[in-house]
Amino acid sequence: MAGLHKSEFTNPVINWVDSRLPIFTMMQKEYGVFPTPKNFNYFWNFGALAMVNLMIMIVTGIFLAMNYTPHVSMAFDSVERIMRDVNFGWLLRYVHANGASMFFIVTYIHIFRGLYYGSYKAPRELLWIIGVVILLLMMATAFMGYVLPWGQMSYWGATVITNLFSAIPLVGDSIVTWLWGGFSVDNPTLNRFFSLHYLLPFVLVGVVFLHVAALHVTGSNNPLGIEVKGPQDTLPFHPYYTVKDSVGMCVYLLVFAVLVFFAPDFFSAPDNYIPANPLVTPAEIVPEWYFLPFYAILRSVPNKLGGVVMMFGAIAVLFVLPWLDTSPVRSCKFRPIYRQFLFLLVISCIVLGMVGAHRPEGIWVVLGRVCTAYYFLHFLVILPILGKLERPLPLPESISRPVIAGGGGPLPGGAAAKPMEKV
Amino acid sequence: MADSMTATAPGSHGGAHAGQEVTKRDFLKLVAGAGAAVGVGAMAWPVIDSMNPSKDVLALSSIDVDLTPIQAGQAITAVWRGKPVFVRHRTPEEIKAAESVPLSQLIDPQADKARVKPGHDQWLVVVGICTHLGCVPIGNKPSDNRGEFGGWFCPCHGSQYDTSGRVRHGPAPANLAVPPYAFETDTKIKIG
Repeated sequence: MAGLHKSEFTNPVINWVDSRLPIFTMMQKEYGVFPTPKNFNYFWNFGALAMVNLMIMIVTGIFLAMNYTPHVSMAFDSVERIMRDVNFGWLLRYVHANGASMFFIVTYIHIFRGLYYGSYKAPRELLWIIGVVILLLMMATAFMGYVLPWGQMSYWGATVITNLFSAIPLVGDSIVTWLWGGFSVDNPTLNRFFSLHYLLPFVLVGVVFLHVAALHVTGSNNPLGIEVKGPQDTLPFHPYYTVKDSVGMCVYLLVFAVLVFFAPDFFSAPDNYIPANPLVTPAEIVPEWYFLPFYAILRSVPNKLGGVVMMFGAIAVLFVLPWLDTSPVRSCKFRPIYRQFLFLLVISCIVLGMVGAHRPEGIWVVLGRVCTAYYFLHFLVILPILGKLERPLPLPESISRPVIAGGGGPLPGGAAAKPMEKV
Repeated sequence: MADSMTATAPGSHGGAHAGQEVTKRDFLKLVAGAGAAVGVGAMAWPVIDSMNPSKDVLALSSIDVDLTPIQAGQAITAVWRGKPVFVRHRTPEEIKAAESVPLSQLIDPQADKARVKPGHDQWLVVVGICTHLGCVPIGNKPSDNRGEFGGWFCPCHGSQYDTSGRVRHGPAPANLAVPPYAFETDTKIKIG
């Protein structure tokens, strides 16, 4: 099959490459002229922000790895050396450490966007499921990265989390021994965590590619949650959304910079500046903030296996969310009752986060149980029933109608504009 | 994409469609696929098993613990296989408390007699790892918070153990484990 791709690029070098490997044509198609709903709000920035964040993590991580030693007797000191002696080591490490927090902030908002505007509904179920896989990979990567500095919280966090698997009946203990490569968290554990912490981000890149590929098949959802009816409802991705994403990026980088330069330890536990000691458990073990709601669910169940099952169930339920929500209407804009329940869900997640940060005593136990119950009720009971009972508000006919008063002429620069007859 | 798929689908030399005859080529594909699966599977086990404890880790090290410096009411922490082991010199009241509890009140019923060596009631040797999620409980020093049952208290999730190292208050599901050990003399034990 002789034959080159017929490239439309005029630059001879680009044309030569593009004829043989049409990556320029692909980029132009997927990111240049890609038709994107014209009514995005700033919530639609967060996917791009997450992608940028992943790149920042990979770049800083690669350079940190050049100075890190994955050995129990040297890991802590090598991190301190990065902080004190390596040129700009402090910057790399603080960007990487706070980058993890930024990544979760951005991703949680991105997930909330999906929940609020019903982005998980048909035909975007697989897109959503791939997103949940990304979340799981992120959590595993973040957890293993947190172990690497080999401070007290690193060590005991690793111990507690790996011990979760001992709750599995019959084979639990063998699995934990296998995970550790020994009889406690030790050098083999640190080595494999380092190996996997380096590997998983690249797996993430692959899964993110699938996430974006699936998105470009179905096209983006939008704040109205109705399908694009034609070219009059869309804008080319570039320059309209490259610019809008850039605005969001500036705000994101501003917040990031404030964290890195003015409060680099804002999210971290002081105990992690104590070298790991396998014989002394810190008085209070608290995971990183982004795991607190799940940690709270774990502790709210007074049974080891039950707690672990509920904690993993909190994520697992997201996989089947597209089938739990029975309402055909996507956007919360037209689901006044569901919107209130969704805000209750957000509040219960935030309260769970607070519960996870406190000792399981008194009011915190009660709050933890109430919010855990609501979390599961929301997904397993309220969503399926509400979809059938709720009367949604009338949906607009098209995206253009509410955006342009009088109902949507063609795009500027699109099909030849006919003067509008009606106002 | 969609165009190329519809273009190749009808003319594809793929496997037998429903109702069609099974050809020699289908058989060859199946055998080749199965062979590859066996090969990958055979390589998967060494890779997975390499993550299990290595021989040097497994080489079961044993340690000797001298009991003479441990005062009644106190416990020390020895390290065995990278884990803390509590060696506790129990007072007569603690022994009595441990022995007098009816088994029906226990989460993981086990008699105190089964957890100590005969004739050495005062010595309790347990792995100092909470059976919930692996924290090290507090309570070796009499001044520590030992919980309601006078044994150990886990700071992570609030489990409590009695003077026999048995769990009395959740979320831990099981008693502190008793490692293999033997008395070499009355004042020296060998763990492991």
